[in-house]
Amino acid sequence: MFRRLFEPQNPVAFDFEGETVTAGEDDTVAAALLAHGIRHTRTSAVSGSPRAAHCLIGACFECLVEIDGRPNRQACLTLVRPGMRVRRQAGPAAMKNGGGA
Amino acid sequence: MNASAPSADMIDLAIVGAGPAGLQAAVTACELGLSAVLLDEGAAPGGQIYRAIETAQVRPPGWRELLGEDYAKGGELVRRFRASGADYRPDHAVFDISPDGGLGVLGPDGARWIEARRILIATGAMERPVPLPGWTLPGVMGAGAAQTLLKSSGLVPGGRTVIVGSGPLLFLVARQLLAAGAGLAAILDTTPRANYRRAAPFLPGALLAGSSELRKGIAWFMAIRRGPSLYRSGVSGVGIEGSEAVEAVTFTVAGRRDRLACDLVLVHEGVVPNVQLSMAAGAEHDFSEQQVCWRPRLDTFGRTSLERLLVAGDSAGIGGAERAADAGHLAALAAAADLGLLPAADLKARARSALARISRKLALRRFLDALYRPRDEVLAPPDDETLVCRCEEVTAGELRRVAAMGCPGPNQAKAFTRCGMGPCQGRMCGLAAAAVLARASGRSMAEVGHLRVRPPIKPITVGELAGLEGVGAPPAMGPLLPTAPKDGAGA
Repeated sequence: MFRRLFEPQNPVAFDFEGETVTAGEDDTVAAALLAHGIRHTRTSAVSGSPRAAHCLIGACFECLVEIDGRPNRQACLTLVRPGMRVRRQAGPAAMKNGGGA
Repeated sequence: MNASAPSADMIDLAIVGAGPAGLQAAVTACELGLSAVLLDEGAAPGGQIYRAIETAQVRPPGWRELLGEDYAKGGELVRRFRASGADYRPDHAVFDISPDGGLGVLGPDGARWIEARRILIATGAMERPVPLPGWTLPGVMGAGAAQTLLKSSGLVPGGRTVIVGSGPLLFLVARQLLAAGAGLAAILDTTPRANYRRAAPFLPGALLAGSSELRKGIAWFMAIRRGPSLYRSGVSGVGIEGSEAVEAVTFTVAGRRDRLACDLVLVHEGVVPNVQLSMAAGAEHDFSEQQVCWRPRLDTFGRTSLERLLVAGDSAGIGGAERAADAGHLAALAAAADLGLLPAADLKARARSALARISRKLALRRFLDALYRPRDEVLAPPDDETLVCRCEEVTAGELRRVAAMGCPGPNQAKAFTRCGMGPCQGRMCGLAAAAVLARASGRSMAEVGHLRVRPPIKPITVGELAGLEGVGAPPAMGPLLPTAPKDGAGA
């Protein structure tokens, strides 16, 4: 769906649901996933319909993912870090002890 | 550089947002000797318009030409900001604001409460959310969203892309994506023909006020028309089809339904002010019929109805980057004058050229607002099945049903339907839900009102709230903090 005009100078590798994704060092998680061809990054809380980044500026909250075990992270506002573990957020974020922090 | 924590002393001016308004305000404030802290959600200065302007230096040749000279202009402003001595805090989200100068701030080191003598909101604009059939499918984005991906990561659409909507940014993005070699299948212009007639009386004024801007717009348009025959005007009734993601866009043109297979749809119907913070603070707002959105009520310098709060740039009403920088300058001057740090005569002298530029451009804005005024079907989706609230999946039909029951406005509709109760807190559905209710009950948007904005306005964990550092208790967070049970009814 998206392709890169230039290859990242300092590539960063992270994990998306067991798959290694290579990104540019100043990519957001949302940009990196789009460049990798990932179509949906969460399922909605009500009907479970597939959703993906929509506004890319932090307003729509459609790009919510789980990062390193913490749910409700806005992928479009979070820069990639080497080795980070990213998962799709399925439905509403689960409540658990420690608030997922 | 002020390396101390923002809460160590009372800050003179806390600025939220690192776009042109916030950056220029910081520069002016520091020149006048104010202590200024600039908080921004982004990782680098520039806001959306000048996003990734500093990394643009290290991009391949031709990069800045691709994004254009208006973008390159941001480099100089960012350089002046970097040299200003302002305390710059990237990656800091503001999750709460109090009318008396407090800000709840969440950064990489946790949450803190800071207080400032004056707060300037410079949070810019967002693309107007456009509720269409199928707009929640993966592969539907804003045209501005695609531009954000281009600026920050050099991403261009690689498959079959359709751009649909209205407004100057639509043409700019289309031109940039074509120049970058994106696979565009069509550019569908939804500007109603009647808008050209309505805008015509404002054209002479606009030509006097902004002939260079108009020439630029016409050049973008001509670049698109000269290319392969992608452009179609007079488009309406847009819908998006797909099961798990976008598969096609459908629309009406010249009285006929048409369908184009595609995998990415970039929708754009103009931009609206981001008023989340000024509303959360409790400042007075008015509905602008000219721009079809809510705007904070301001004086010419950006002062709100609250003594300590100012707003500048597109978060005060859409005016573009150059106007935003001028407004940031004026707001910083007003803050300095109100704090007794700038004599009235100096205020006037330093404000003169910015005020003159702003008033010269007003006629151009009036023309653009009339030409690109969103049509009714964009403001309130006609099809009952269309989702208005993406988060809680509330349809236009459900809103019409509660309106028929006598539900007077969006806050009551929220209680009935959960519209606006999801994670975006009404940022995406607020205007459209109010428009649906207004149409259904035969009232104006101003009468119907807007969703109340309640803190925290950004996601924050209970753990982060409990670790809140800083001076004073956050008053607006009161209900979230433990309170003693009253009248023994502490169940």
